[in-house]
Amino acid sequence: MLNTDSNSKNMNVFMYKFWSDFSESKVAVISLLILIAIVLIAIFAPLISPSDPYDLSKVSIMDSRLPPMAKNFAGDIFILGTDGAGRDMLSAIFYGLRVSLGVGVMSAIFALIIGTIFGISAAFFGGKYETFIMRIVDIQLSFPSILMALIILAAFGKGIEKTIIALVLVQWAYYARTARAAALVERSKEYVEAAQCLALGNKKIMFNHILPNCMPSLIVVGTLQTAHAISLEATLSFLGLGLPITEPSLGLLIGNGFEYMHTGDFWISIFPGVALLITIVSINLVGDQLRDMYNPRLKK
Amino acid sequence: MTAFILRRSTQSIIVLFIMSLLVFSGVNLVGDPVEMLINPEADQAEVERVIKELGLDKPVTEQYWYFLMNAFKGDLGTSFIFGEPALKLIVQRMPATIELALFSLFISLIFAIPLGIYAGLKPESKISKTIMAGSILGFSMPTFWVGILFIMFFAVYLGWLPSTGRGEIGSFLGVRSSLFTLDGLSHIFLPALNLALFKLSSVIRLTRAGTREIIHQDYIKFARAKGVAESRVINVHLLKNILIPIVTIIGLEFGSLIAFSTVTETVFAWPGMGKLIIDSIYNLDRPVIVAYLMIIVIFFVFLNLLVDILYTLLDPRVRVQGSN
Repeated sequence: MLNTDSNSKNMNVFMYKFWSDFSESKVAVISLLILIAIVLIAIFAPLISPSDPYDLSKVSIMDSRLPPMAKNFAGDIFILGTDGAGRDMLSAIFYGLRVSLGVGVMSAIFALIIGTIFGISAAFFGGKYETFIMRIVDIQLSFPSILMALIILAAFGKGIEKTIIALVLVQWAYYARTARAAALVERSKEYVEAAQCLALGNKKIMFNHILPNCMPSLIVVGTLQTAHAISLEATLSFLGLGLPITEPSLGLLIGNGFEYMHTGDFWISIFPGVALLITIVSINLVGDQLRDMYNPRLKK
Repeated sequence: MTAFILRRSTQSIIVLFIMSLLVFSGVNLVGDPVEMLINPEADQAEVERVIKELGLDKPVTEQYWYFLMNAFKGDLGTSFIFGEPALKLIVQRMPATIELALFSLFISLIFAIPLGIYAGLKPESKISKTIMAGSILGFSMPTFWVGILFIMFFAVYLGWLPSTGRGEIGSFLGVRSSLFTLDGLSHIFLPALNLALFKLSSVIRLTRAGTREIIHQDYIKFARAKGVAESRVINVHLLKNILIPIVTIIGLEFGSLIAFSTVTETVFAWPGMGKLIIDSIYNLDRPVIVAYLMIIVIFFVFLNLLVDILYTLLDPRVRVQGSN
């Protein structure tokens, strides 16, 4: 599309335009900052956590169910308290964010790739192939996502790969629908015709020419779907169907705290829930702003 | 019209077939079906008898045929834990789930429609902005966590409402339900509100969008111009027209309420079929899992078919498309 020297300049112009549009909403900017902080926490969890919650030699059952800001005998302060096994909640949440974000983002990326390939090729080739793909998409979207995930995990068992597979299978259809809609618009444009006149391969036209122009709407859907994936994974793990105990995501932490709730030890499940909520809300708010930016109906 | 229904029915049968294949392959190909479908405490003679009965000594394609035939006869196996037919267990728990879903549908509609209309009529007001911000929050909060908050606040901290079980079950006109006793109502309130919250946000958004669109139509302007009272414009002219999309999505929403009730039922220990499936997965009670999955798939396929047919009745444009 572009030659290399003008590429970086164009990129700068693009980034400038992007930021000036994005920063129109203060809420979105704040959400983005929070989101960046969350991602940094997730990446550097082992470095910034007060203790390693899964190092059995450091965790003492004597410290179990301490309320927030309590001290143990050694004088260590637990800012968010401890859980039933004596783990520091703050550290457990940092590690949990890592797992939750990792699974959510991974499944979103796989679903994006699979959905985009089917969506763009459906729009490009049309005909029976398109009808077939879109029928599958329609049928799948008529089942609630939690039900699809439940069917897959109940039939195939739990585990980290299986959870990711279930999330991908649940979500690819959303991307396929979006990619097809965007690609249908692009397909009738002149540059595609020009590329076809140059006898470029179908693959090249689809992925080097059409795909970059479908990216904005795919990114919007991708952002919102990542939030959905994180929430769905948390729900499945809470139900005991998603991740195993060796990969404690936020959903699993909330589930662990659930059994202590009737005794009033609220912090064990409330704080991981707050972390989950902040993550999901900030992703959704960033996604909402992106959608408004790329919605042609709202363009001035 | 008939062609449309016929085509959709064929499609439903194909979906059913594919889903049964998915469930079958999950249970019979990934793991060892003998280990999965036969009670681990059964003796050798019993194991051999069941292998024969289920056709597990036959080739895979024939096994699938057996599975389908048994499912057709309503024989979906016997629960290891309860020692009763899986189908019977699920049917027993179905009313509790349906009652919960219906009540929460009711809650979400009586709250969401007025709020949505208000937000649509006065989009710039502070209250509307609060409503919309609240709907984003409602959209983002995972159902299970909200349920935990409810229990924490209303049941543990305030001690106002019970947090587990179905309470006393009353009987009215032969229908047995928690809705007919005060104790039952106090039990259903929290789980139903929890389940409703999720739907509340989407119905608010839908109502608001519909209101904003319809309020600018000529017939509303005309009604106002001829001096019809504002309350009548909203309650009759506006409401009637936004109800069409809302009523049509209720079918699908009801389905997703049933699906999400697995979560709410687990949190509130509501004895419905959602809790049964989760418990069965914990206990590795495979026949119940298979039976639940088959029933829920059939349920959804029929629900979708019903909604499709309803659409064609309510919206002539779909009918025209379908007949092409």
